[in-house]
Parts: sequence; structure tokens; C-alpha cells
Amino acid sequence: MDAYVFQFGPVLAYWPQLAIGVVHTVLYCFLGIVTGVVFGTALARLAGSRFMIVRALVTGYVDVIRNTPLLVQLFFVYLGLPALGLSLSPGVAAAVALVANTTSYTTEILRAGITAVPRSNIEAGIALGFTPRQVFRYFVFLPALERVYPALTSQFILLMLATSILSAIGAEELTSTANSIQSFTFRSFETYAVVAVMYLVLVVLFRLMFWALAKVLFPHQSAKA
Amino acid sequence: MSIVTLNSVSKSYGTVPVLREVSLALTPGEVVALIGRSGSGKSTLLRCVNALERVQSGKIVVDGIEVTSPSADLRKLRQTVGIVFQSYNLFPHYTAEGNITIALTVVKKVPKREAVEIARAALERVGLADKAASFPHQLSGGQQQRVSIARSLALSPKVMLFDEVTSALDPELKDEVLGVMEGLAAGGMTMILVTHEMTFARDVAHRVVFMHGGRIHEEGPPKKLFSAPETPELKQFIKRIF
Amino acid sequence: MFQTFNWFDVLFLLKAAGWTVLLTIVAFVGGSLLGGIIAVMRVSALAPLRVAAIAYIQVLQGIPLLMQLFLTYFGLSLFGISVPGFFAAGLALSLHSSAFLSDIWRGCLESIPRAQWEGSAAIGMSRFEQLRYIIVPQAVRVAIPPTVGFIVSMVKNTSLASIIGFVELARAGQIVNDATFQPIKVFGTVALIYFALCIPLSILSRHMERSLARRLNVHRNVELGI
Repeated sequence: MDAYVFQFGPVLAYWPQLAIGVVHTVLYCFLGIVTGVVFGTALARLAGSRFMIVRALVTGYVDVIRNTPLLVQLFFVYLGLPALGLSLSPGVAAAVALVANTTSYTTEILRAGITAVPRSNIEAGIALGFTPRQVFRYFVFLPALERVYPALTSQFILLMLATSILSAIGAEELTSTANSIQSFTFRSFETYAVVAVMYLVLVVLFRLMFWALAKVLFPHQSAKA
Repeated sequence: MSIVTLNSVSKSYGTVPVLREVSLALTPGEVVALIGRSGSGKSTLLRCVNALERVQSGKIVVDGIEVTSPSADLRKLRQTVGIVFQSYNLFPHYTAEGNITIALTVVKKVPKREAVEIARAALERVGLADKAASFPHQLSGGQQQRVSIARSLALSPKVMLFDEVTSALDPELKDEVLGVMEGLAAGGMTMILVTHEMTFARDVAHRVVFMHGGRIHEEGPPKKLFSAPETPELKQFIKRIF
Repeated sequence: MFQTFNWFDVLFLLKAAGWTVLLTIVAFVGGSLLGGIIAVMRVSALAPLRVAAIAYIQVLQGIPLLMQLFLTYFGLSLFGISVPGFFAAGLALSLHSSAFLSDIWRGCLESIPRAQWEGSAAIGMSRFEQLRYIIVPQAVRVAIPPTVGFIVSMVKNTSLASIIGFVELARAGQIVNDATFQPIKVFGTVALIYFALCIPLSILSRHMERSLARRLNVHRNVELGI
């Protein structure tokens, strides 16, 4: 048997496509991060609602998402919703599933953070005459965010890696780019090896970004991201 | 002939020296109390004797084992030298008896039944025969510390080290531990103890070593040292204690 | 005309769920054996072992599972080894799980106080004996809740084996959907089966995590995942 000769050249020739794939992956991530924090915060607050039905709905949503695979959620959105008369392009379906998925995890993380904020913080804020909005923002949200920052950013790294699953319905991102390249080049192993390294680099860059962001968000301490 | 010899031992953490050329020798059966302010190096010195800390220069020999050699047989050394810690360091997932038998069966390969007998005898010796089946969290601090002493004794060491063993205990619990140690000393055990119990040091130790700035600053028989200290540092130290 | 989604399809999905469970078990056993070794290397006294373990964990945690599946699948075939999907998936999932399990367990090993290492060293135990009799038995108690929590992730992760063509629950769902074209019912059922597999583990893990947190008086960990 002839030894297999690795050839990365044909794969690297597709660098412009790979670069576009990276951009898409990063965009999906940012979408997930922003909506995850916004919706997650809203749901985490609703989880503390005085109406039982609201609490149950939030818990139900979180539990259903957390106990089913993202891949199945993707199929449900992409293949299922058209049956209900709502057809989505692969890119939009991927975004919807990703946001729904991430939100359930961020809800749980942020809720843990908000629960851990001492009651005295809120009382101090009220006593100083802040509006309820301001109290939440400065005395609840930011301390909670700081507390769960390591967990939250780890979750976002998982999110970044999970965007590769979006390729399963043909959404355009780094992995689906790799799928196309390997079908042109017949260099499957080399293609995925190159892309795996690109993800690894992205993880490092994201960690750096979160580390830098912590310096901005929590200037009073060197957060450990 | 000495059983423990420290020859010009030096150690530093990074650039901070903690021990500077310390030399000390103990004859079998001798009880030495190390006293001094915190940070004077006395605990570090103690921990070097059974190689929990390594030294940078100098030589330590215990019962023929060259502790400071890189090829020292730590297993043998630690059966020869027992140590009792301030925080007891009992294993929470074993009973009092289990804490002792695990040491015997694993380290000395003593058969289980024999190990249980030795453990019972050791617990008897520290007055805790009735607590054999208790877990550490069910025992008072004083009792835990006595189990810890029994655990060391069960390995039949030739030298015992005590690192501020009563510091974490309430005053009323100190005496039961000190009592056990006094009994050991009377039985001829070679002992080095780091302690803040000056009365105990005066009554039980044969020799008191005052450490200051990582050196042995002054040493001698307790009566002489406490009643007629020579250096101003020891004078001040004693004035603050009594 | 398509056939309609019926009880035979449900049976087919349940049988496929059996493969999902089997794949999870393989990944857990393989991941545990390898993860255990890596965790111990990670807390080793020898720096090269620690560095190797860190690199292993960082690399495998920094590459998407899907890439690991592709690389295993195509990598094995490069060596002329034509492997069934189950084998490639089992191997990739084991490697992936080992990186996460070893990281979880390292944390548990490190949560055991230094005094326990010292106490056991002082009675003459070797490094191995310290781990075997003193450190690991105590760490296991702390490790069980997050480990059970991670099994939930493993169940969900097996769905990616469908992408390299192995017929487990998610792939079976696609097959049934292609035949019946009733995606809401089909993927609803598939989701329900995953949920039924995962939720008992999730509840168990959460419950144990809470009681452990209460006993040790610390805050409960939040389980991450996808």
C-alpha cells in the first residue's frame, strides 16, 4: 500500500472561502451572545415572577431545550415550521434555533447569578433613591454578570463550537464551507484538519476578547475569564 | 550518638530566606521545644525533618536516613518520623480506627487483623478506645488531635514531630492533648515540638530552642532560658508571652 | 403518496434510541477510562505530564465535536481502515468526552484540601497510594453530580453521529421524516425520546448538586452544554 501523502495546498487555496466562513461563524456567535444575554436576562427575571404560570413556562422552556440536542431543534425549526406555514431559509432557521438554544443556557446561568446577589444590594440602591431600572442595572445585573462571567463565557465558547452543527441544514458557516471544499478537493482529512485548527484559533481569540471585555465591564477587579 | 542531626540547614522561598544555617542535634529520648515568633522558621524547620519541605543546602540525618539526599527513602523516613499537624489532617472518610489501619495496611503492609489490634492499642494509649468507630466529624478537636497522634504512633516511629498541635484547640481541650504528649515524653520518645505553650515547654522539654529570623538565636535548658535569657530578642519574646 | 407517521415508525425510532443509549455508554466508558488517566496526569507532581494533560484538554475542548467526528472518520479511512460508523462515532465521542470529564474531575481532585495530601504523605504513602486511598475516594463524592450532568451532554452529542451516517435516533428521525413528511410529529417524537432519556439525569444531577452544595455550604454549579 502506498503511504498517504498529506496535501494541504489544495485546501489552503480556498482561503477566501474559508475567510468568509469564519466571518459567518463569528456573526452567528455574536448573534447568539447578544440575544443570549438580552433574552436570558429577561427570562431570568421572569423566572422570579410572582405568577406561577410564568415561572412554569420559563422552567419548561429551559428544560425542554436543555434536554434535547441542538441538531433536533434545528430540524424542528427548518423542517417543521414550514409544515405550519412558516418557511425559513437555512440561514434564518439556523439563527432561530441557535438563539432559542443559547437563551435557555444563558437564562439558567444568569438566574443563578441574580439569585446570588445579596438582598442588601437592592435595599441599598432603593435607599439611595435609584429608580427600579437603575437598581436592577447597577446593583443586580452587573454584580450578577460579574459573578457568572466565567461560566457565561465558557458557555459562549461552547456556542461557538456548536455553530458547526448549523451546517447540518446547509446554513453557511465555517463547517459548511469545509464540507464544500472537501467535496471539490477530495482532501477530506486535510480540509477538516485545517478547519479544526481555525476553530482552535477562534477559541483562543474569543477567550482573549472575553478577557479584555472583563477589564472594561468590571474595571475594579481583574476578572478571571 | 544523636538520632536527629541537622547540619547547617538553609532554605528560602524564592529570595526570602526562612532558614539560615541551622544546626541541631537530638539524642534518643530528648525532647526539644522550638519557640519563637511566627515567621521565625520553626514550623519550616520541623517540616524539613521529615522532608515535607526540601532544603536548599545543608544536611539532615534521622536514624541513619539521609533526609536531604535526593534518593532518600521517604517511605522509610516517614515511618521513622511521625508528625502531628495543627489541623489534625485526619481522613474524613475513615473512622478513627480506619485512619490508623489504613496507614498500617497500606504503608507497612500489616495484615488487616493485626492492624486493627495495633489501632485499638494506639487509641487506648491516647484514651480513645471507645471512639474507634467514630468518624472525625463526630469527634471534638481534642479527640481528633489524639487520634492523629495515635495514627502516627501506630507506625512505631522513633521520632515524633508536633507542629503547634494545640493552637487550633479551645483552652479546655488543650490539656488532654498535652497530657498525651507528656506521657510520650516520659516514655522516652524523641520529640521536636513547635509550641506556644510555654508552661508545657518549661515542664516537659529538655531543651528549648529560640528561633529568630531563620536562625537558632539562643538555646539551653528551659529553666535557664526562661529565667535568664541572654539576648534582648528572647527577653522581649518572653516578656510578651508571660 | 407518502405513508403516514404510525406506530411502526415510533418503534423504529425507539430502536434507534437504543443505539443512542449504546453510543452514550461507549462514550462514557471510553471517556471515563481516558479521562481518569488525563485527570490524574493533570494533578501530577511532574510538570511534563501536567503540560501534556493541559494541551490535550485545551485542544479537544477547542475543536467542535463535529470536526472530531469527521477527522476520526476520514482519518481512520486514510490508514485503509474502513470502519463502521458506530466505531468511528464511539471513538470520537470517547475522545471528546475524556477531555471534558478529565477537566471536571481535575476540579474535584483539586477541591480536596492540601492537608489531606500532607496528612497522607506524612504517614509514608506514595503518590499513587495517596490518590488511591485518600484523595480519589473523597473527590468521587464531589464528582458524581457534575458527571451525571455531563452524561446529559453526551446523550445529546451522540446525535452528531447521524452526520457521519450512523443511524441513531436523530438520523432515524430524518429517515422517517423523508418517508412520511410529517416533520412536526416526527421530530416532536424524536425530541420527546431525547427528553425522556435526559430529563431524569438532569433532575438527578441538579438534586445531588443542591444537596452537596448545601452540605459543603457553597454555591451550586450551573451545568453548561449545548
